[in-house]
Amino acid sequence: MKFTQTLTAVATAGAMALLMSTAASAVTLNMMNGSEPGSIDPHKASGDWENRIIGDYIEGLMAEDANAEAIPGQAESYTISDDGLVYTFKLRDGIQWSDGEPVTAEDFVFAFQRLFNPATASEYAYLQFPIVNGSEIADGSVTDFNELGVKALDDKTVEITLEGPTPFFLQALTHYTAYPVPKHLIDKVGDQWTNVDNIVSNGPYSIKEWVPGSYIKSVKSETYWDAAKVQIDEVNYFVQDDLSAALSRYRAGEYDILTDIPSDQAEWIKTNLPGQDYFAPFLGIYYYVINQEKPPFDNPDVRKALSMAINRDVIGPDVLGTGELPMYGWVPEGTANYEGVAVYQPEWIGLSYEERVAEAKTIMEGLGYTASTPLQVQLKYNTNDNHQRIAVAISSMWEQIGVKTELFNSETAVHYDALRVGDFQIGRAGWLLDYSDPSNTLDLLRTGIAQGGETNWGNNYGRYSNPEFDSLMEQATKEQDLAARAALLGQAEKLAMDEYAAIPIYNYIAQNVVAPSVTGFVNNAADIHRTRWLTKTE
Amino acid sequence: MFGYAARRVLSALPVALIAVTACFFILRLAPGGPFDGERALPPQTLANLRAYYNLDLPLIQQYFIYVWGLVRGDFGPSMVYNDFTVSQMLAIGLPFTLMLGFTAFVIGTVVGLLAGSLSALYQNKLPDYVLVLLVMIGLVVPNFLIGSILQLVFGVYLGWFPAGGWQNGSIAHLVLPVTVLVLPHAGRTARLMRGSMIEVLGTNYVRTARSKGLGTRLILARHAIKPALLPVVSYLGPGLSYLLTGSLVVEQIFALPGIGRYFISAALNRDYGLVLGTTILYMFIILAVNLLVDIIYAWLDPKVRYN
Repeated sequence: MKFTQTLTAVATAGAMALLMSTAASAVTLNMMNGSEPGSIDPHKASGDWENRIIGDYIEGLMAEDANAEAIPGQAESYTISDDGLVYTFKLRDGIQWSDGEPVTAEDFVFAFQRLFNPATASEYAYLQFPIVNGSEIADGSVTDFNELGVKALDDKTVEITLEGPTPFFLQALTHYTAYPVPKHLIDKVGDQWTNVDNIVSNGPYSIKEWVPGSYIKSVKSETYWDAAKVQIDEVNYFVQDDLSAALSRYRAGEYDILTDIPSDQAEWIKTNLPGQDYFAPFLGIYYYVINQEKPPFDNPDVRKALSMAINRDVIGPDVLGTGELPMYGWVPEGTANYEGVAVYQPEWIGLSYEERVAEAKTIMEGLGYTASTPLQVQLKYNTNDNHQRIAVAISSMWEQIGVKTELFNSETAVHYDALRVGDFQIGRAGWLLDYSDPSNTLDLLRTGIAQGGETNWGNNYGRYSNPEFDSLMEQATKEQDLAARAALLGQAEKLAMDEYAAIPIYNYIAQNVVAPSVTGFVNNAADIHRTRWLTKTE
Repeated sequence: MFGYAARRVLSALPVALIAVTACFFILRLAPGGPFDGERALPPQTLANLRAYYNLDLPLIQQYFIYVWGLVRGDFGPSMVYNDFTVSQMLAIGLPFTLMLGFTAFVIGTVVGLLAGSLSALYQNKLPDYVLVLLVMIGLVVPNFLIGSILQLVFGVYLGWFPAGGWQNGSIAHLVLPVTVLVLPHAGRTARLMRGSMIEVLGTNYVRTARSKGLGTRLILARHAIKPALLPVVSYLGPGLSYLLTGSLVVEQIFALPGIGRYFISAALNRDYGLVLGTTILYMFIILAVNLLVDIIYAWLDPKVRYN
């Protein structure tokens, strides 16, 4: 019985292969997309795997080109007022939703209001807080949505007013939180608009099918204004969390693009799949945060010694195997709006590693920590093979300078909970930039804001607080001249890093694997590769 | 027979209720919540999210809201997957997991029974040794290893079957996952059957039948199978539950749209609605299967019925 079943299966597989090779008139891209999308509603999404899907079926005022730079999208042109506060966008002619309804300025106004509406409970609304009254509507202090700084001057003109000059705003508009949503559809079916039977699109692709746990299928949208330039007809975003299995399926030809790889296979991929490895640094930092409310970590010398003793050059190439580059500063190289500021380097960058360890050891001995009376430290990280490898490596590096490390790992939710309430000494954290601007990472080090009797430290887990740093950051938000702003931010970075506000370790690397049949995939700092720029030859 | 079955069904209901209550409260005791991620949410956003999911109500009130919804068949919203309710996700994934589990169960049981019987008949001869070896391999090698090996060998190197995915009912996509699930189940069944069959073949009444001149096939079918099946049936209940609820690894490796993945990922995400939904579903499966087993057992062995 099993034999005939196998025979049938083989026959079916063979027949299918034959069928698929003959029905190749539709160009299909198969992409491994990682986790199951929690939502394809741009106001409820939060992950890069959702971004890949959403950015293909909806287009905002600004879109991304193959290098992930902002280019006009649904807007054909824009003007910015002299004070940098008012952006006026003129929408293209003929843009429409896939059900034939035109895309109007009202869709954008409605979308931004819905984004900030507390009832929507959008996790990422804060990305658009530069818009006047955005944060006030989100926290309920302003209840009239018409006071939001997004207005439709007429059907084809959108006017956005900002709280302060924001040089990265055009780029922020490429993020899915700034996408329009179909007002006519949401008025009719409410939150069910993302149901496959209802959903419409104004972007290059339309969502056709969603099998939870398996894939989402999008097909080329003929109503898209630039449809003539879109080559790929169909794209399947597959759900697969198991990275080794994903690599196997890629090798079997079932995937054209892998968006993540098992890190211990990086070398293998570079050797055996030459030309298909697209590993490039992208805007994200991996760092250890030190709780500065707990002695002796409030002493910058202790933090300095800990930072000096880390041999960052071996972490990427040897500990991880994927070649991440060391980081000493807080703003990743390649971040926009930072021209004229040299990449931060500590004063001891010229010393060899042995010299650094020697100096660190001297510092620690001066404070009374030696090999026989070491400083006991607990290092927390969220459960993950790579975090563990790095933690083990770093704790042995610290042993040289009289520090004894206890490793403690917990699940992500528990880990960040602990960081947030300050229940840690040293903790691992990471930050992927939301948009290419130094303020995105520097904001992580601002003093907490007093709110109702408590201080909200946000993502500043280490509770680093320096009034001079805060003042520099404040000045930068008001500075219109990009060069002057960059200089202020550079000063702030230097101040914080000289005091070892946190210990950066490496710059993240995007790891994509792309089949030779696909062209147009360009490594970029945001790791965004919209399908409309890709072409596939069978 | 019917009275026995009815009594068993009724006694399962309080068990179900206790399990649901325990799950609900234990889940809330775990540190971390659904919104603790790598980014601290602005406090107002957090407040909005909690209000949206009723998390700011007193716990006991949330419990009653949940149970009331359960009674009406509504498992509530998922906190991570916004575009589907828990009921929708389970409704889409459950038939698949059931199908996978049942197929593996049927094939595995048949293969196991055959292998076990053959082993017993040819005890200590070559067929026995070969079968026992295969059984050991199926039992000892972990399923993720078998899965990855099959995927590499048949999916990548030989290309006979797809290396994963689910193409809406294509048998080719099921062959490898089902094989991975079949092996340990067939192994256990075969081992039980072998032992039990050897014992039965050595009993007095079988010896009597043989001395009367009855052929082996007739002995097996008429006199040996039913008693030999008893220990196996006791195992088959938990075995089926195990197959239905333990397809997680297979679903991960072959990227199949079942509900196994939700069980683990939802727990890690603290997605209360989805974890509870999956747990309750599994609990019902196990209760139903145990019930079925008890009834079949009573049918197979009349002595049980009259207790």
